[in-house]
Amino acid sequence: MPAITFIHPDGKSDRVETAGGESVMQAATRHGLDGILAECGGNAMCATCHVYVDESWLARLPAMAGDEDALLDGTAAERRPTSRLSCQITITPDLDGLVVKLPERQV
Amino acid sequence: MTASGAAGSGVPHLDVDPFDMRFLADPYPAHELLREAGPVVYLDKWNVYGVARYAEVHAVLNDPATFCSSRGVGLSDFKKETPWRPPSLILEADPPAHTRTRAVLSKVLSPTVMKQVRDRFAEAAEARVDALLQMRNFDAIADLAEAYPLSIFPDALGLKPEGREHLIPYASVVFNAFGPPNRLRQEAIERSAPHQAYVAEQCQRENLAPGGFGACIHAQVDEGAITANEAPLLVRSLLSAGLDTTVNGIGAAVYCLARFPDQWSRLRDDPSLARGAFEEAVRFESPVQTFFRTTTREVELSGAKIGEGEKVLMFLAAANRDPRRWDRPDSYDITRRTSGHVGFGSGIHMCVGQLVARLEGEVMLTALARRIAKIEITGEPKRRFNNTLRGLDSLPVTITPA
Repeated sequence: MPAITFIHPDGKSDRVETAGGESVMQAATRHGLDGILAECGGNAMCATCHVYVDESWLARLPAMAGDEDALLDGTAAERRPTSRLSCQITITPDLDGLVVKLPERQV
Repeated sequence: MTASGAAGSGVPHLDVDPFDMRFLADPYPAHELLREAGPVVYLDKWNVYGVARYAEVHAVLNDPATFCSSRGVGLSDFKKETPWRPPSLILEADPPAHTRTRAVLSKVLSPTVMKQVRDRFAEAAEARVDALLQMRNFDAIADLAEAYPLSIFPDALGLKPEGREHLIPYASVVFNAFGPPNRLRQEAIERSAPHQAYVAEQCQRENLAPGGFGACIHAQVDEGAITANEAPLLVRSLLSAGLDTTVNGIGAAVYCLARFPDQWSRLRDDPSLARGAFEEAVRFESPVQTFFRTTTREVELSGAKIGEGEKVLMFLAAANRDPRRWDRPDSYDITRRTSGHVGFGSGIHMCVGQLVARLEGEVMLTALARRIAKIEITGEPKRRFNNTLRGLDSLPVTITPA
């Protein structure tokens, strides 16, 4: 199964094995990772599963829908060009090795 | 309340009335019965299917093409009966119509907007605690759970000062009306005329202050997103679902924190847990207990065959305490990972005002935790009965300043 690396704001990292068909957010919450809140449970409604995607991976991700784009304007930590909502990234085999950074805060 | 196996279908038929006063007074034993009887049950009293386990509730919520909302999210089937009021353009609608109206309310209540109103909401919460510290002994429902949202939400909407006393009674009618034609529903609708008249009036553009959520909805008419006829009905959605729900949410949180002093002291030690404490109260008490859907086709759900045009009752509160999904489901734990609870629903109809609710809950609990050492219940809490909403009518408490 594809693995994802989450880098915390303090530089420490967690490598997480993912299950088939889940989102980056679901992988994080299933492993009890701090730093992803996902208050709306993955419905693209709250912007509390914000991540900064490692630049080398950005182009390989599924395209951003309009609602995700709008929500990212309201994230608690600053929005950057690499910002995504992790609930909107479904993990596929070609994302094995994906690296995302967690923001300082989600609310 | 008994469970009996139905001949043939495999779906257990239960003799449970989830809108009966005894059920509403203490739903937990019946919730367990409903959950354990099977993934799908049939309630003979109202001729509806029911789902009370997390997996099935979540599945129904996330399949709006099969389990539609446009035929009403209460017991009444809009295809067979005339709704008691013009249907909601968002709650009682399906895609693609729903997609357009939903986008408008999502925009008006977005995380970006919440950042703009946060300070104002937090100041009002501090002002409420000032008042409570003066009182020391008070009713945590009237003086806190109602008083705080009333001090901030009608202004945020842009409502006139006059007539606001209609807001909670109107919402109470709306949520009673999702239930069956029992006494709660009949009496609520019989008394609803003045509340309906007030709400219809307030939804008009000229009655909504500039800059408020209401005016922002009407501004979407100028953008071409909705028509001038649709805007008042979308404002009505905020008047219906934006106040009483947060009253019951905040009431639930205070009731939990007063009952479980160990959780209160954790919150006192770290007020940054306030948002989680509120969210966990929404899971634990589930202020919105139930909603219905109607099947658009024959469907098989966890082995149960359900025909077209059947009402399916989702027990959100039972799903939020399903031991298949939650560890120690009957414990209120402010550090629990609550993501995925269905207290705000799930899927395309998930509460569009959830960010407002969380903001109000967070800032109110933060203010309480910073300035109050102790909350003690001093009298018997009284329940407020509603076909859909769970909450208290009164909760006498005394507080000790920090």
